[in-house]
Parts: sequence; structure tokens; C-alpha cells
Amino acid sequence: MEGIIYTGVPSKEELAAAPGVPSRERMEKGRVACIECVQEIPCNPCESICKFGAITIGSQITNLPHLDGEKCTGCGLCVANCPGLAITVINRAFSSDEATVDFPFEYIPLPEAGDTVDAVNRAGEVVCQGRIVRVTKIPAYAGTAVISMAVPKEFCDEVRSMKRLPGEDIDEE
Amino acid sequence: MRKITTDIAIVGAGSAGLCAAYQARSAGAEVLVIDENHRPGGQLFKQLHKFFGSSAHRAGTRGYVIGRELLERVEKSGVTVWLDSVVYGMEKDRSIGVIHDGENIVVDAKKVIVATGAKENYMAFPGSTLPGVMGAGAAQTMVNINRVLPGKRIVMLGSGNVGLIVSYQLMQAGADVLAIVEAAPKIGGYGVHAGKIRRAGVPILVGHTITRAIGEKEVEKVEIAEVDDHFRPIPGTEQIIEADTICLAVGLNPMTELLWMAGCRFCFIPAFGGHVPMHDANMETTVQGLYVAGDVTGVEEASSAMEEGNLAGVSAAASLGLLTFEAAEERRKEILGRLDTLRSGMFGERRRTAKEKQLAETAAYEAGRRE
Ligand SMILES: Cc1cc2nc3c(=O)[nH]c(=O)nc-3n(C[C@H](O)[C@H](O)[C@H](O)COP(=O)(O)OP(=O)(O)OC[C@H]3O[C@@H](n4cnc5c(N)ncnc54)[C@H](O)[C@@H]3O)c2cc1C
Ligand code: SF4
Ligand code: SF4
Repeated sequence: MEGIIYTGVPSKEELAAAPGVPSRERMEKGRVACIECVQEIPCNPCESICKFGAITIGSQITNLPHLDGEKCTGCGLCVANCPGLAITVINRAFSSDEATVDFPFEYIPLPEAGDTVDAVNRAGEVVCQGRIVRVTKIPAYAGTAVISMAVPKEFCDEVRSMKRLPGEDIDEE
Repeated sequence: MRKITTDIAIVGAGSAGLCAAYQARSAGAEVLVIDENHRPGGQLFKQLHKFFGSSAHRAGTRGYVIGRELLERVEKSGVTVWLDSVVYGMEKDRSIGVIHDGENIVVDAKKVIVATGAKENYMAFPGSTLPGVMGAGAAQTMVNINRVLPGKRIVMLGSGNVGLIVSYQLMQAGADVLAIVEAAPKIGGYGVHAGKIRRAGVPILVGHTITRAIGEKEVEKVEIAEVDDHFRPIPGTEQIIEADTICLAVGLNPMTELLWMAGCRFCFIPAFGGHVPMHDANMETTVQGLYVAGDVTGVEEASSAMEEGNLAGVSAAASLGLLTFEAAEERRKEILGRLDTLRSGMFGERRRTAKEKQLAETAAYEAGRRE
């Protein structure tokens, strides 16, 4: 069966109905948060972290986060501060054929700018190659790195992360 | 045996115990907190992930940071904290037996708050006694506290938040999680946690269970199978996964031993993990002067454990006459309001219903006792 509760991957319908997912037109204009939080859970750090008042949950903490695409500057602070790692920043205006997806990443080793990596979709399947544009790790992100990755535009609705890089092998003693 | 007295003794220095201590101390009570761990904070110290909950409860902050902040606040307020100290028993008169610094001490407190948290459930299947089969909480302690990887190729049983979060942390520590196996037809935990696991390429197999662990001296393979509507494995659907570790995340149950000893009445609420102590809206049990807070009253979350701790601390202090009735009522109203919002939404509703049942059963018992 489809849907977040059966597979852990939000269905097309769930994403279409999510008040945190901006319109296609807004994504074409440049950087914007894409909040794929589709379940009513008691959580609201995204609302308080946004300095621009672009995210609203309200006093009922289980409400779904609502994004005001006009207020969102794409600053990316919410990406690192959502404990659900459910937010990315999409920029369909990055170049004529590429879009960027900024996603949170909490595995080591981290990639470096310029690296080519496997870009994966919501189910962890490799959909294309991605080029790392920037890796940001600052105190305000409290331990979470945010990775900006360029992918061919046609894949930017699919791509949400990258494949974990192999670590140094931990030897068995 | 040495005997000491205090206004309020609190068993357990987790989220609930620490909040209770702070509230009671702020109201002017003399407070002693006792914990068997060498580090206070309870479950919080294992939680390296950013917490869920409301910003008012420090959500978005990593669990261990919340624990450290709670502790600092408690220490500054002048609460006495005994660590490495086991409470091994409680009498009907609420006096408690503690081993502290190798000495057997009886603590006679005017009020006692029990905030002992919960422990992991276990599940038996053929091969489940092989080395390599462990609780998810134990695996979490190994990676996050002791920095040892329990295995490299892991199968997790249970898709509740604990199963999902521990799977994620095992991968962060460098292990591969091969699958999360869940008998129910749906994922138990939050979708956003499940989403992280899926993006890392881990399948979540709902409607499946582990039927067998295979290996000579330790786990080498895991057999899983689909289950029918009654959770019975369907013959012919078996699959073998080559794994060296099985983690069980099949629920928690409240640590209520001390409360049974003290003679508290219990009710049975599966949504809360089994037998839970009856308590009223002030967190007082059926034994006068004995309060409870946190996961021991029914397994919930850190945010609700903190609020129940606040409630128990305020109530215990008020019953000692340290707060006026009005002041206590005002604080309780605020706390209950926050608890109410926490127990809402598709996941919270179930806990709200469970808590209402617990309160109603307590009220019915108390009414019967008065007749
Ligand atoms: C993997 C995992 C992830 C979680 N993630 C989240 C999350 O994201 N958000 C959230 O809100 N919640 C989360 N939780 C739940 C949260 O950690 C607990 O609900 C909360 O910590 C319960 O607090 P507590 O004070 O009731 O119990 P605990 O934190 O368990 O504290 C109980 C304390 O009592 C002590 N104790 C017990 N018995 C005795 C005795 N006889 N003598 C002396 N001391 C004793 C123990 O040593 C312990 O320190 C998570 C839990 C787990 C396991
Ligand atoms: S990207 Fe920045 S401006 Fe946009 S919602 Fe997130 S925090 Fe607010
Ligand atoms: S912080 Fe993340 S998980 Fe929490 S409500 Fe906001 S988007 Fe959802």
C-alpha cells in the first residue's frame, strides 16, 4: 500500500495536499523551502526557527506546517533545524538545465564541494548523479550538515538526499 | 541503619524527576533526588538526535543537551542529587531503602515522587538467546554512550519511534541496517523518522516478523516471514537475511516495582505499556503522599514526562503548604493546558484516551473507597 504510514515514503497525493510544499511557480523563481511533513505530530521547531515568519503551525502543535512561499527567502535555517529532516530547499532557477536541492545530512564522511555523488529519491533509490555545490556546517545548525547539490532539473522533484558514502572500514578485532 | 528525613524524595533523575525536583525546590521544599545511574538525565542522555515536541519543550535540541540543561537548573536551585544510588524498596509508609555510597540508608520523606521511567520488552523466538540478539535500547547505549558498534549488519524488529531512531543512529555509527521488520500492517512511529530510514535505502517490511535466528555460536542469519491477520507467520513466505545482529524494539513497559511494594492500585492500559499506577489529576497515587510522573505512569515522551514532573512537583509542594491553593491551581492549569496540546493529533489522541481512562479508573476507585 502507498503512503507514509505503510512505506515511510509520502505518496503523491500526500505531498500534493501538504501545506508546506510550495507551488511549482514559486520554485521556478528561486530558493524556497519544501516542507514534506504530512502527518499530524506534536512538533513545531520549524515555525519558531524561521526568522521571516514563513512557517505557521499555530497554537495547535499537531497542525501541519504551512509555508508562505512569498515570505520564504530560502535561507535554509529550517532545513537543519527540523528534527524530522523533512525540509529541503529547492531552487529551480539555479541554471538553465540544473536545479539545486539543499538537504540535511547527518552521516560521516561528508562529501566535499565539487564531488559527484549518487542522488537518491525518497525511497533511497539512486535516480541520477548529483554535483555537490556546497557543504555547510555552522553552529546554528547544531551538528547537522546541509548539503547543496545540483541535479538535472527534471529530477529535482524526485531527489531528496544522497547515498551514504562508504566510511573507513571498522576493523573487527 | 541510618535514617534521614527530607520534605520530598524523588526516585529517578530523568526528565520527569528533574522537572519535579526543580518545581518542588522552587516552592521552597527540601528535595533529595536519587538515581541508580552515574549520570542523571535518564533516557535523555542516550538521545543524540534532535528532539520532537514543542519548542517550549526544547524540541529541535538534541536530547542530551536538554538533559544537561535540566540538570544545571536543578543543581543551581539547591536540590541534593544522589547518583549511583539504588532504591531497592519502599514500605507502605512510603519510607524508602537506598544503597548510597555503600551504605544502607532509609529515607523518610514527607512526600515521595516516583519517576523511574520504563524498561524494554523482550520477545522470544527460536534462536533469540543467541549472542547478537539484543534490545534496541541496549544497542543505543552501546553506540551512543560506550561508542561500540553492536554489529555491522543489523535487522531491527519493530517500527515504533524507538526502532526507527535507533536504526538511524546505528547507521550514523557506521553499521548497515538491512531491514526494519514490523508485524503490524502499518509503521508505528512518526512518518518523518521512517522517511529518514527510507532515504538511506533501508526497507521497512510491514506485515512481517522474525521467525528464527540462525547461527552456531552467534547470529549469522535471520529468517523473516509475512504474517496473517492474526500475526501468525504464513508458511512459504520465509526469507533469509544474512545479518550478525538482531535488535528488538518491541515496546517499553513502566518500571513499577516500587509502587507495587508501596501498595499502589494499578489499572491495565495496553496503550501505556501494561499495568500502570492509578493517579489523580495532581499525579498522586492511591497511596497518600506518593506521587508519580513520566514513563512510569504510562509510556509517553520526554515532553509529557517533563510536564508530569512539573505537575507532581507543584502538587507535592502545595500539599506541604508551600504554595497557596490559588498559586498551585494557576500553575497546574498552565501545565495541564500544555499536556493537553501534547496529547493531540493522530499519535497523541491514543495517549489522551489512555490517560483519560487512567484518571477515570482512579476516580472510580477513590469514590468506591469513600463509600
Ligand atoms: C530511542 C528513544 C528515542 C526517544 N526520542 C524521543 C524524542 O525524540 N522526543 C521525546 O519527547 N521523547 C523521546 N523518547 C522518550 C523519552 O526519552 C522518555 O519518554 C523520557 O525520557 C521519560 O522520562 P522519565 O523521566 O519518565 O524516565 P527516564 O528518563 O527513563 O528516567 C528514569 C530514571 O530513573 C532511574 N531509576 C529507575 N529505577 C530506579 C531505582 N530503583 N533506583 C534509583 N534510580 C532508578 C533510572 O536510572 C533513570 O535515570 C525517546 C526514547 C527512546 C528510548
Ligand atoms: S528557508 Fe528560511 S525563510 Fe524559508 S521557511 Fe526555512 S527558515 Fe524560513
Ligand atoms: S520541525 Fe520538521 S517534523 Fe517538526 S513540524 Fe516542522 S517540518 Fe514537521
